[in-house]
Amino acid sequence: MSTVAAVVLFAGVLAYAVLGGADYGAGFWDLTAGGAERGRRPRHLVDESLAPVWEANHVWLIFCLVMLWTAFPPAFAAIMTTLYIPLGLAALGIVARGSGFAFRKVFVRTEQQRVAGAAFAASSVLAPFFLGTVAGGIASGRVPTAGLGDPISSWLNPTSLLGGVLAVLVCAFVAAVFLAAEARRRGEDDLETWFRRRAQVTAVVTGVVALTGIAILRADAPRLFDELLTRGLVLVVGSAACGLAALALLRRAAPRQVQGLAVLAVAAVVAGWGVAQYPYLLGTHVSIGDAAAPTATLWALTAVAAAAVLIVVPSMGLLFVLAQRGRLESS
Amino acid sequence: MTGAVRGRTEGVSLALAAAGVGRLAAGSSQVLPAREQMAFTLGFHIILVPFGVAFTFMMLIANYRGLRRHDQHALRLARRWSQVSGVLFAVGAVSGTVLSFELGLLWPRLMGPFGAAYGLPFAVEGLFFFVEAIFVAIYIYGWDRMRPWSHFWTGVPVVLSGVGGTASVVAANGWMNQPAGITVRDGRVVGVQPLRVFFNDAFWYEALHMLLAAYMVAGFVTAGVYAAGMLRGRRDRLHRLGLLIPLTVAAVTTPVQFFVGDVAAREVFQLEPAKFAAIEALPTTGDHVPEVLGGVLVDGEVRYGIDIPSGASLLSGYSPDTRILGLDAIPADVRPADHLVTTVHLAFDVMVGIGTALLALSFWFAVLWWRRREAPENPWFLRATAVSGVLAVLALESGWVVTEVGRQPWTVVGLLLTRDAAAPGGNLWLFFGATVALYAAVGFGTLFVLRLMRRRWQEAERGGDDAEVDDEVPYGPSRARELDRSPGGGA
Repeated sequence: MSTVAAVVLFAGVLAYAVLGGADYGAGFWDLTAGGAERGRRPRHLVDESLAPVWEANHVWLIFCLVMLWTAFPPAFAAIMTTLYIPLGLAALGIVARGSGFAFRKVFVRTEQQRVAGAAFAASSVLAPFFLGTVAGGIASGRVPTAGLGDPISSWLNPTSLLGGVLAVLVCAFVAAVFLAAEARRRGEDDLETWFRRRAQVTAVVTGVVALTGIAILRADAPRLFDELLTRGLVLVVGSAACGLAALALLRRAAPRQVQGLAVLAVAAVVAGWGVAQYPYLLGTHVSIGDAAAPTATLWALTAVAAAAVLIVVPSMGLLFVLAQRGRLESS
Repeated sequence: MTGAVRGRTEGVSLALAAAGVGRLAAGSSQVLPAREQMAFTLGFHIILVPFGVAFTFMMLIANYRGLRRHDQHALRLARRWSQVSGVLFAVGAVSGTVLSFELGLLWPRLMGPFGAAYGLPFAVEGLFFFVEAIFVAIYIYGWDRMRPWSHFWTGVPVVLSGVGGTASVVAANGWMNQPAGITVRDGRVVGVQPLRVFFNDAFWYEALHMLLAAYMVAGFVTAGVYAAGMLRGRRDRLHRLGLLIPLTVAAVTTPVQFFVGDVAAREVFQLEPAKFAAIEALPTTGDHVPEVLGGVLVDGEVRYGIDIPSGASLLSGYSPDTRILGLDAIPADVRPADHLVTTVHLAFDVMVGIGTALLALSFWFAVLWWRRREAPENPWFLRATAVSGVLAVLALESGWVVTEVGRQPWTVVGLLLTRDAAAPGGNLWLFFGATVALYAAVGFGTLFVLRLMRRRWQEAERGGDDAEVDDEVPYGPSRARELDRSPGGGA
């Protein structure tokens, strides 16, 4: 039963990595789009494609938190008492990001937009970075069973920094692919090229960082390294293949296929982490079963997850279909 | 079951208290910054809640009326309100997320041992939040792009999930007041009955009370904004409708709330005697207990209050002989300090006082409406309505003070003391400082943005060009033209 709950939790992590990640990455491109005049059109596209969906995507984070603290309460407490610095910063970043985004849409004067936009875009980079360091701290076993681990070295360490940088890069990559596809759907060829180039550059940088990361993991988190290259190998290779295929097909294939490949690339690498760490929740010292709540709670959570599949998934599908068909945008 | 839990809880709480003392000596407990931070962020977030939960209902009424009677003004109102709720929903969503983080960052020793039970209602809330976020987006961005009635129906799940979300979160709060459905061993939850956790004894009265409060706050605040506009001479049809719809909702809700609040107070008398003693600021157990209005508790004695003889006994048990447990019935080691009792007592008085004033305003509105059948223009009525929004928010905050401070020193009554629930180490003051600074910016930004929207709408009304009106607003159809007009676009 605890494994079912862990799978549900991890499905939430996957959904947030892909959907929330694409939204964070859009903020990355917003941040780096240049001055007010030069960056106007990319920012406009970011605004339009994010606005209807970001809140729904954001709820996946809440879903993960709720699942973690209900299904695996001691692990949640251990993570929170150890990694409170990056988690606190991520929480504040999320506030700055959401508010900045909502405010910017109302502003018309450039200087006001600049302040709100900077809050949105800068925190779109910082929040995934901090969440990535949290993942690195958990994966490399720096969260002790009873919590209260080192507040600094638990997230300022090689694996965490790798996790943070990779999170930002992966978000940027998937967002660039999404936005290129969106620009194509709207027939804005120059914007499509703008984002496609950025997708290509990010893909190369992500690949280089990931390769370096293998060396880092080998030195810093040997068990994770071993499992990633044995049990997780298929997923890691699959992720790389999907990322390359998405890039190659960006110009030719239907936008939806390209998006699908980018999603698979991200999902596979996150799933690789999950598979490599299984059956442990924290590093290699707290297993899923150790931290699990009483069975009745796990059953109730499974029922909630089933209801989510029945209610939330179709609703979200409706939202995405409407957004894709241009029913939810300002023309 | 509750009895069984209670029986078990005393031993557990003693054990926990002992463990807590040991830990306190070992590390620097963060109980004070944790409480300040929780109070501040919850107090901020709760103001936004009525707009996600109840304001959307008023928006749908305007939308329905607009479609049913081909009323363009009502439609325009609905559309503007959807834009307002878009901004408020965004700020509410992210400030609510902070609360989720805080449950772990500030209260890890609540979540670790009790998350298996306490966390469950939040899991249900997650579902409702999903539905709300999805359909809010479809509704806000679907204007003009969907068939009108289909569009209207996409707003209905928003209102329903607001009800469900409120019930779920309040279920968690109710569980802290009336923990049930758990088996505790060695300070940890080892058995859970999910339905008993969710539908705990405090659930019904707390959830209904909060839901009605949300409708009152959203109603009076919105009506207050339009009443202020009418006082400044803007008496067009938009303002009249903007006053009538929310004020009607609030005026219908308020008498019901009065009844529910009365039932809730009697339930607290029965089920949460410690909280009730604090509400009444009652030092000693007895009958013929007077209802004390105002006053402060100093050295076990209430000063400067106004007594209504036997009032409290009459209100709690319909008889002056009703015996009410006082603060002296609470064991000395878990008895709340005088200043906490005073806080709870005064907050309760503020809540009930404002509630009574709002009830009077509701009756006044009913009389004016019954006589004229149109939006009241009586300046004194409009002035009263203009301040009713602020008062309603104050009452809402006071109500939360009553239930949260009134539970002290417990976080989970009988099971976990607040000082044992807080983070055991680190320095939360820095986090608190950063949060206050950021929230001040976000709060100021929200007000600024809403005023900006209002100004644009006013300018558009003066221009009289309907097509221009919705061009100017965040979630309206045409951003492109707005961008062209602006000198440049962004960070």
